[in-house]
Amino acid sequence: MSTSGNILEVRNVSKSFHDPVTVPVLKGVSLEVKPGEFVSITGKSGCGKSTLLYILSTMDTDYEGDLVIDGESTHGLDGSRLAEIRNEKIGFVFQFHYLLTEFSVLKNVMLPGLKLGRSSAAEVEARAMELLRDLDMQDHALKGANQLSGGQKQRVAIARALINDPAIIMGDEPTGNLDSKNSAVVFDIFRKIASEHKRSLLVVTHDNDFAGRTDRNILMDDGRVVG
Amino acid sequence: MRLLLSISITLLRAKLKQSIVAAVGVTFSIAMFVTLLGFMNGLNDLLDGLILNRTPHVRLYNELKASPEQPIESWYDQGVGTDFPPTHHFVRSVKPKDELPRLRNGSAIMKALENDPRVLAVSPRLVAQVFFNVGTVDLNGQVNGIDVMQEVRYYQFSDYLVQGDPKDLASGNNTIVLGKGLADMMEAGIGETVQVTTATGERSILRVVGIYQSGIADYDKVQCYANIKNVQKLMSRPSSYYTDINVKMHDLLQAPAAAKEFAGRFGVDALDIQTANAQFETGSDVRSIISYAVGIVLLIVAGFGIYNILNMMIYEKLDAIAILKATGFSGSDVRRIFLLLSMIIGICGGIAGLLFGFALQTLIDNVPFVTAALPTVTTFPIDYNPKYYIIAVTFALLTTWVSGWFPARKASKVDPVEIIRGK
Repeated sequence: MSTSGNILEVRNVSKSFHDPVTVPVLKGVSLEVKPGEFVSITGKSGCGKSTLLYILSTMDTDYEGDLVIDGESTHGLDGSRLAEIRNEKIGFVFQFHYLLTEFSVLKNVMLPGLKLGRSSAAEVEARAMELLRDLDMQDHALKGANQLSGGQKQRVAIARALINDPAIIMGDEPTGNLDSKNSAVVFDIFRKIASEHKRSLLVVTHDNDFAGRTDRNILMDDGRVVG
Repeated sequence: MRLLLSISITLLRAKLKQSIVAAVGVTFSIAMFVTLLGFMNGLNDLLDGLILNRTPHVRLYNELKASPEQPIESWYDQGVGTDFPPTHHFVRSVKPKDELPRLRNGSAIMKALENDPRVLAVSPRLVAQVFFNVGTVDLNGQVNGIDVMQEVRYYQFSDYLVQGDPKDLASGNNTIVLGKGLADMMEAGIGETVQVTTATGERSILRVVGIYQSGIADYDKVQCYANIKNVQKLMSRPSSYYTDINVKMHDLLQAPAAAKEFAGRFGVDALDIQTANAQFETGSDVRSIISYAVGIVLLIVAGFGIYNILNMMIYEKLDAIAILKATGFSGSDVRRIFLLLSMIIGICGGIAGLLFGFALQTLIDNVPFVTAALPTVTTFPIDYNPKYYIIAVTFALLTTWVSGWFPARKASKVDPVEIIRGK
């Protein structure tokens, strides 16, 4: 744990796209997320908020600046260590469901847990079932991922993000593809995760209503944090 | 690793049809490889055996040669010639020496060879030119006096005896085995007698106890076999009179060196099997190379099949790869998943190929193949050597590994951000 006690710290991160000409997307972004905090990032299209999220997720390593996750600086770490960090400390929820269609719902939730290998397969399965029950998806556990509706898929993806008890959950427009009813369900789940499970959440969204109900909103414009 | 394997298998099952097509490619090529090599080598062994089984590894004999030294040469070589460069001598007057074609000191040579640790078996031979008197016609023939039991043991003599028993030849007095062509010409069957005249004019009556067929028609029209003691008696020669000594070595490859050594040591001529039958080695080698080449080409084609299918699968599974990476699977995990996938296709296809190849070999082995030239062969020959199975499996695994490696590496390099944001 870092002395500051922050789950996520970003210091002065910059990034440019080089194709075909160099265009700066992020210009010295700094922010931090505290334990149990539900943070949203909003901004116009092209302001760099998604780019920032993928840097924070450790999947994009082509940037300047410093990123500290749960006290560990990601600077200079190799691909497999970054994969371990993603596996253990970060849970993802995307705009599109991104379930593996070849696997059952239950197996989809279990995969990151099996990869982590901290507990036995039976324990991971029990934990996955518990998460699915929390999200009212237990009846669909053995279905194929293709047989679910959009809102159901997103709930499964949330269960998968939670399987390893991550330090932070990141979402890229998690409600962007859902109707208002399902959006509300997903928001309530996020709210519960933050308040009951004391997990941090960092969600990129277009939805000002969604952003307004989070603990803190970070507004971005033209590669900078403006509010 | 078990997790990666289970992911591979799930991906494979989702694309079962394509995976089976890829595996069938491997199965087909492995089966063909095994069958082709087994069949080719069966044929090679058969054809080689036709000559090599019956050919001694080293044959010692005494060849009638031009006199090696002419008087004029010895005169020049006595030192007078130091002022003269070596020149060509036109005066050659001394004719070949009149001597018997026997091996001098044959019994002693035999004994020395029997005590040589490199030598498996030694058998003497007495080859005599004879005439068979049939009515008013004299047929040319060659009687090989042999140590019958020794020939049966080391040169598969009984394999080529289409009628009769070698024991009758070994034990009987005045018995003979005729070549098939010769017997047909004389219309002589087992139990009948033939009249023989030797080159020196001695006549005797011999009883036919067997018919010999080597598969080489010209040979069978002339060659006959008899017990060496009977031939010695027929020719009024002592029991130490041999024209040839046949040596079988423990290791065939030592034959050329041994032949050279024996020639020098015993003062005789020696011919090794490699020199006498160089064309067989060449033929066998060429046939083997062709079958290996065809087999390996088949495997490479199967490899391309796997490469294609994996590439397609990776293209279709970009989403899955991105999600695996996003949830904590590293690039090398992804590479392993696809390599495992390829290896599963290779192993399943390979095992099926071996079984299928064995079945094909068995089938060919049971196809009747009767030819007058090969009296002992009734079906097509197959060499079931496990060596070919091992080579086939090794190559199958190698090709599937290589053809899986490139797509797998591509999969490991997929950038999840590009896929996820590209949606």
